[in-house]
Amino acid sequence: MSHQSTYDPQTGIEKWLDKRLPVVRLAYDSFVDFPTPKNLNYWYTFGGILAICLVVQILTGVILAMHYTPHKDFAFDSVEHIMRDVNYGWLMRYVHANGASMFFIAVYIHMFRGLYYGSYKEPREMLWILGVVIFLLMMATAFMGYVLPWGQMSFWGATVITNLFSAIPLVGESIRTWLWGGFSVDNATLNRFFSLHYLLPFAIAGVVVLHIWALHVPGNNNPTGVEVKDVKKDTVPFHPYYTVKDGFAIAVFMLMFAAFVFFMPNALGHPDNYIEANPLSTPAHIVPEWYFLAFYAILRAVPDKLGGVVLMFGSILVLFVLPWLDTSKVRSMRYRPIAKLWFAVFVVVCLALGWLGGQPAEGVYVLWARIATAYYFAFFLIILPLLGVMETPRAMPKSISESITKAHATTTIGGAAAQPAE
Amino acid sequence: MIRSTRASATLVAAAISLASLASTAEAAGGGAKELMHPHFGFEGVTGHYDKEALQRGYQVYRTICSSCHSMKQLSFRNLGQKGAPFYLDECPDGVPETTNCSNPNDNPIVKAIAAEYQVQDGPDDYGDMFDRPGVPSDPFPRPYPNEQIARLANNGALPPDMSLLVKARHHGAAYIYSLMQGYAEPPASVEIPAGQYYNEYYPGDMSQYLKPEYKDAEGHPLEGVEVPPGGVFAMSQPLYDGMVDYADEEMPETIEQYAKDVVEFLTWASEPKLEERKKLGVMTVIYLVVLCGLLYASYREIWSKVDH
Repeated sequence: MSHQSTYDPQTGIEKWLDKRLPVVRLAYDSFVDFPTPKNLNYWYTFGGILAICLVVQILTGVILAMHYTPHKDFAFDSVEHIMRDVNYGWLMRYVHANGASMFFIAVYIHMFRGLYYGSYKEPREMLWILGVVIFLLMMATAFMGYVLPWGQMSFWGATVITNLFSAIPLVGESIRTWLWGGFSVDNATLNRFFSLHYLLPFAIAGVVVLHIWALHVPGNNNPTGVEVKDVKKDTVPFHPYYTVKDGFAIAVFMLMFAAFVFFMPNALGHPDNYIEANPLSTPAHIVPEWYFLAFYAILRAVPDKLGGVVLMFGSILVLFVLPWLDTSKVRSMRYRPIAKLWFAVFVVVCLALGWLGGQPAEGVYVLWARIATAYYFAFFLIILPLLGVMETPRAMPKSISESITKAHATTTIGGAAAQPAE
Repeated sequence: MIRSTRASATLVAAAISLASLASTAEAAGGGAKELMHPHFGFEGVTGHYDKEALQRGYQVYRTICSSCHSMKQLSFRNLGQKGAPFYLDECPDGVPETTNCSNPNDNPIVKAIAAEYQVQDGPDDYGDMFDRPGVPSDPFPRPYPNEQIARLANNGALPPDMSLLVKARHHGAAYIYSLMQGYAEPPASVEIPAGQYYNEYYPGDMSQYLKPEYKDAEGHPLEGVEVPPGGVFAMSQPLYDGMVDYADEEMPETIEQYAKDVVEFLTWASEPKLEERKKLGVMTVIYLVVLCGLLYASYREIWSKVDH
């Protein structure tokens, strides 16, 4: 929410700085006195959680890079050197490896939240589009990071994914050779993947700044989808109200993160990646990391290689135009009784695609993957455009504060809880 | 709080389903017998290694496994590090007082183990390579100088490196424990090729080894013919009752005990920081639980004056 700055420099140095480079004012207006709708629930804490995830990945990653060797003959052993001989190297590596999974858990919840509450709609289209850009960069970064330990799944995963590009007509083979830096996944590939894996997170950080900027111009969406009418009645300052709420959510998230890192650090990985890469021996099943399985299922659902590649990339690209596909004027699905049901099916379908991606591409699994893929695209291309026209939304509250008063009235009458949810 | 409970329940559910993903994928693949899973002390939140089992496991590895399987990631010094089989808090009698035995390089047991081997070093000042007794900083010697010789000696198969074996197999500890005890007499319905060995726990497909009279024209098993579990591979049964002499008279010298001990050792070899990790994990979780409590109390306090 663009608002009048309330920053009032007190100390001499702040006054001096404020006339020359008002960074303190920027931080104050963005993260202290920023008016934030007072009805945000816990689903809205994942933005903060994601920021922490990015910082954790960059910090552990920079330290790991100090001890890692991006060479096909030494990469695998250098990771084991980190695990065995570097002080707390095991901790850095397990945090980094599991941190990637945590990052994706958080980003998927963040995206589903945006879908449910219509956070991509006018005037937040740029905010959503930048989010999709971040998601794409995350996928590229995670994919290249998984190649670096140079285990069997690293090598064969890289081979399968880079081979996808050869499906492009005419120039596919050349693009693949260009990506590899040679005629197979080899030392040159590992080296450039390391370079890019180090570079892209900083690109992500840059787009995150734009993402927050694009958030702070229109201000937060909220579970009602109703814009802020009265700053006094509808909002609270970001600090301390949301620093403490986000802080609590981050701590709970960290608890789950710690459970993985310390007690089941390899549960989300594949055992084959503890076998050094061997170009002469293909693993029985090549599977990507769990966070790519849904897209892998879409890829394999199509009998044609190029078609599969197109659909797989299309499944993400469609998100870019989502703000214009959804024709409904109502943001939040809280007031869209029909859309809510289709959304619930969509979530189940996404989880099912994730499961199917881990199964062999044969028999009944392929059939189900096709049905799920069809629904995935239909949801964006048919259901959302049509529902906006056909659905009769429920009555919406006039303002955020009115929705709160109403909710209180219902809970009091119901006698269930004196304290409302959040 | 209704919604927040639901949110955390979703998170936990997501975590559980993710964790089980790998295992379900595996269960669909193999036709092997269900793995035996004894209780290992290193499992669980407070898990730790049994030092005596580690030492016995090393003895089994040294006597049996090491003649074919390398241990590339380990050096002798690792045996004397904290949490390792031969770590010493204090020096035994007869060692000079100035020695710090908790330092793996000065650990007398580790030094003695290393010195059992002759290691090639050099070149010396005359440009010649020479042999000398091993020292703690030397890596474990490899059984074969290269892959080709290893395959030649093992019927074309390459014995896998053991330093990460437990982590490189699904349910590695239970798998290796079971495999060691899974060399059963092959059922009469199958024909095992020469140089191959049948094991009930090896992930394979036994239908291809059915004798012709049990298969139809297309090679599928006839109706009513049961395909035995397991598979065949190039490793003959490595462990037999009584083949390793344990110093401890009380310890049974059986395949089962050898298997359990060597799995303890191999788990340590692939995850030497396990004890440190779990200890730090317990502290971290306690810290985070307290932090969550404080933050939640602050959250309630700060929001108590806001109608929301």
